[in-house]
Amino acid sequence: MTGRVLIIAEHDGTRLNASTAKCVTCAHGMAGAEITIAVCAVDAAAVAAQAAQLSGVSRVLCVENPANGPALAAVWAPQLLALAAPFTHILGPSTTFGKDLMARIAGLLEAPQVSDIMAIESPTRFRRPIYAGNAILTVESSGEGKVVGTVRTASFEAAAGGGTAPIEKAAVSVELPTHTRFVSVSAAKSDRPDLQTAARVISGGRALGSAEGFKILYSLADKLGAAVGASRAAVDAGYAPNEMQVGQTGKIIAPELYVAVGISGAIQHLTGIKDARTIVAINKDGEAPIFEVADLGLVGDLFQIIPELERLL
Amino acid sequence: MKRILVGIKRVVDYNVRIRVKPDGSGVVTDGVKMSINPFDEIALEEALRIKERGGAEEVIVATVGPADCQQQLRTALAMGADRALHVQADGVVEPLTAARALLKLIEREQPLLVILGKQAIDDDNGQTGQVLAALWNRPQATYASKIELTAGTARVTREVDAGLETLDVDLPAVITTDLRLNEPRYVKLPDIMKAKKKPLDTLTLSALGVEQRQQLKLVRFEPPPQRQKGVRVKDAAELLEALKKKGLL
Ligand SMILES: Cc1cc2nc3c(=O)[nH]c(=O)nc-3n(C[C@H](O)[C@H](O)[C@H](O)COP(=O)(O)OP(=O)(O)OC[C@H]3O[C@@H](n4cnc5c(N)ncnc54)[C@H](O)[C@@H]3O)c2cc1C
Ligand SMILES: Cc1cc2nc3c(=O)[nH]c(=O)nc-3n(C[C@H](O)[C@H](O)[C@H](O)COP(=O)(O)OP(=O)(O)OC[C@H]3O[C@@H](n4cnc5c(N)ncnc54)[C@H](O)[C@@H]3O)c2cc1C
Repeated sequence: MTGRVLIIAEHDGTRLNASTAKCVTCAHGMAGAEITIAVCAVDAAAVAAQAAQLSGVSRVLCVENPANGPALAAVWAPQLLALAAPFTHILGPSTTFGKDLMARIAGLLEAPQVSDIMAIESPTRFRRPIYAGNAILTVESSGEGKVVGTVRTASFEAAAGGGTAPIEKAAVSVELPTHTRFVSVSAAKSDRPDLQTAARVISGGRALGSAEGFKILYSLADKLGAAVGASRAAVDAGYAPNEMQVGQTGKIIAPELYVAVGISGAIQHLTGIKDARTIVAINKDGEAPIFEVADLGLVGDLFQIIPELERLL
Repeated sequence: MKRILVGIKRVVDYNVRIRVKPDGSGVVTDGVKMSINPFDEIALEEALRIKERGGAEEVIVATVGPADCQQQLRTALAMGADRALHVQADGVVEPLTAARALLKLIEREQPLLVILGKQAIDDDNGQTGQVLAALWNRPQATYASKIELTAGTARVTREVDAGLETLDVDLPAVITTDLRLNEPRYVKLPDIMKAKKKPLDTLTLSALGVEQRQQLKLVRFEPPPQRQKGVRVKDAAELLEALKKKGLL
């Protein structure tokens, strides 16, 4: 069985999200996989052009509809269902976009979904983390029918560019629901790198004490060109916005360098940083569990260490 | 009657250190503390608050699973749910099966709102709410951190990667909860006593006409690779030195 894979592109209307290139790499885990990328948009041209450049992609399908501005799962899923017939696998990233959408597609298909794929061993065998990454499960599909999957992006490098896949328009005519309406999105605009793709990330925990306290991290991050993350405790306390949460129920990231500042290292936090190349822990408690996973540990008061690091850089 | 249906899943408590069985057939669950999935506690809390504000008249909790799950349903009743439905099922219940069973309960109970957790902390699938919404052909609003009900619609604030997104969904709808939606109440002892008298109905998958099909075979469980223990540095200067040596600065 060779895989015929449909990957659903994540994008903001103009730019293709890096998560899509990682799905392409994941799909290549199946030898000889034939990969199609679907771009749902009002006007798909710009995003489709970027998708067509990903190496190893054989075709890009544009699904255009005036209703495809915001990525509403209830609106996109029936259109993608209409494209699904020739494919064996339908993949999307395990981001909030992909998790919301892919399981709705799986529901419409009444097909099994493999969530958070970290490796594809064959067209029917997949590895995924369960229990907050405390166990790795290998699952096997029957080989009949389709498999839907979300791709754990931290497990894959982005596919290279240089491709020249043909771009086609898909003619999809299905009735779209009006029961779900986009109202607004509030995204904090920042000039810092994106947390999910940044090579360097500095995260703060409860110990920062306030939103004001986080400023010393922003300042150091800017000097390092790093993104800033946070523990759940820091987000719950209002020191940092929700999109900064790293962990089982936040973002799963794989930077080159991860610096955990005043974070104890709860298992739910660690699951979000397991794939970081180098982990640095700064904590005043030498017994904190974060030191169990840290490559470099520094015991001390963050309010002294962080400004000092900035000074020395 | 205006009803809210809440999904309750029994899971290994989040404080338990998970161990994979040496033969790779699963994780150790014998003698391990079991709890309501934390996201389902949040779902129930939200349903109770909606009812307390007059937005609903009855809160029903439902679970699909083995007999032991009744423990968690009793806890949910003690928290304040009015009645419980237990769909008896042994063995692996995949999200599609759970969603099909919940859909049957929806057909019986006609709720205006169904609230589930965004993910169960054991399998971390994060599928059931969306699959249910698809089967039911109704709206879904996942990862909710705020829910405002008005006649016929819910305005839901969602925690998404970019920040916060707001959707309006027509009712009935499926909403799945994120952590910051609310802080669940504690159960008080008298409520545990009272909960024993609340109705808990037991049904079976076959009586509901749902086939328990397993589409994904669980081949092998393994412990995750461990990270090597690192080294301690004594101060900021030494830390920067070490990072430079690793080529990270
Ligand atoms: C279902 C569920 C899901 C969860 N999901 C997530 C998730 O996605 N992400 C996540 O992060 N958590 C998650 N959690 C929460 C997690 O269990 C922890 O509660 C949380 O990570 C703790 O955050 P923290 O390390 O900032 O706080 P704490 O555990 O309070 O740690 C603070 C640390 O700061 C140190 N400290 C204090 N003062 C100083 C100082 N001046 N200088 C240096 N160090 C100092 C302390 O020694 C301590 O180690 C989840 C929990 C549950 C139940
Ligand atoms: C050892 C073992 C391993 C398993 N591994 C897998 C696996 O790899 N893949 C798999 O698909 N299944 C697996 N299962 C089945 C599993 O028990 C779940 O019932 C099923 O997968 C639902 O997925 P979830 O709980 O992760 O759903 P999620 O979609 O993460 O759950 C979201 C929400 O849906 C609701 N919900 C989910 N299940 C129920 C339920 N049974 N009753 C009431 N509400 C519910 C809850 O509100 C929950 O918060 C396994 C079971 C066992 C015993």
